[in-house]
Amino acid sequence: MVTIALVAGFALILAGLYGALTNRNILRMIVSFTVADTGVNVVLVTVGWMPGRTAPILDAAVPVAEAAQRIIDPLPQALVLTAIVIGLGVTALMLAYAWRLFGATGSLDISKFTELKW
Amino acid sequence: MSLLLPAMALLLAVAMLAAAILTVVTRSLPLAILAAGAVSLFASVLFLLLAAPDVAMTEAAIGSGLTTFLFFFVLARVGAGNDG
Amino acid sequence: MVRHLIVSLCLAGLALIFAALVLGYAPDAALNRTALWYAENVAKDVGSQNVVTAIVVTWRGLDTLGEVTVLFLTAAIVGLILAPGHRPVDAPANDLPPTGELLQTGSRLLVPLILLAGVYVFVNGHLTPGGGFQGGAILASAALLLLLADPRHRFAHRTIETVEAVSGIAYVLLGLAGLAFAGGFLDNRFLPLGRFGDLASAGAIPVIYTLIGLKVGAEFASMLASLSEREGP
Repeated sequence: MVTIALVAGFALILAGLYGALTNRNILRMIVSFTVADTGVNVVLVTVGWMPGRTAPILDAAVPVAEAAQRIIDPLPQALVLTAIVIGLGVTALMLAYAWRLFGATGSLDISKFTELKW
Repeated sequence: MSLLLPAMALLLAVAMLAAAILTVVTRSLPLAILAAGAVSLFASVLFLLLAAPDVAMTEAAIGSGLTTFLFFFVLARVGAGNDG
Repeated sequence: MVRHLIVSLCLAGLALIFAALVLGYAPDAALNRTALWYAENVAKDVGSQNVVTAIVVTWRGLDTLGEVTVLFLTAAIVGLILAPGHRPVDAPANDLPPTGELLQTGSRLLVPLILLAGVYVFVNGHLTPGGGFQGGAILASAALLLLLADPRHRFAHRTIETVEAVSGIAYVLLGLAGLAFAGGFLDNRFLPLGRFGDLASAGAIPVIYTLIGLKVGAEFASMLASLSEREGP
């Protein structure tokens, strides 16, 4: 199961990068970045999984005394929690910039923005 | 039971990859945005199978809810006529 | 076409690296030392049932403070970029079809329930899966439902900004209270730890998560409001 999840995560990263590099419409590039972001999060959470163990919540199912033998690694989950929220913030920022770029030039095609090229 | 979880994970992985490929190759932008939302949704269920309920809740609420809505918002203002 | 080919070649190289990573990976059999320490000490040190909550709020609380700051910056920048061009209050509402009786009546019923669900999620963040960020996102989806039912809904900007500012300042003040009365910055033990599994346990974690949930919900709602009120490109 770990292999399946890892392969899925890495394949999402590759698909997202391919979409970001070959599309010319800015909104499509942002959508592909979102897919790659999800892939990275899947890989990070998969690394923390251990066979035969359960989620890191110490309630009636996992008593406190045997917590160290029954729960999986909680640290990747805490990191991915932050990463997902920041990913939304970055997406919102990219969309705001795309909106203003469209307002300034009337086009969403990235090959039309040549002011910074020599 | 021991074969059920890997089978579900395989099903979810295949669905996620199909949705991701749809995002990259489709010609229509609303379909690409919806497929990205579907990727987030399947990833959220995969997180649940990987024993990470906190991450699953966050990904479901933020990844497939708010992100899809943000995209459609901006798309409606900007216009889908600019295809590339 | 050449570009597609070059990109495919580069990504194939990356895929080879990823394949090497996947083939060489085997999951651990036992918790590593950091996770072992966290698992053994969460009940007596922090008093929270949810280990991920304990990590995010107390043991790695400084990272959460940084995350809340980054979100605040993002909401501020989105508001700054999209500021000019507000739709006037008496704009003619002629170009949008009505959104339907079912949606409008249903949203009036559902919005308080969604807000209640969001508050439940972040108040119980130390007992069940959940917490401030999930609860904040659920609060923002209530704002989203209001926008879907009535695209010209005007949000109470002052209320949202006040909630966001007060929550942010109170979060830092609670961190400083931890410095003054307990072990360090953002230590949760200046409130009593209580009985393991109660709602009023784990010290200051429910209070901190409530503040984080309100702040995140207000930030996302203000981002949505900025996007909806800007009139066109």
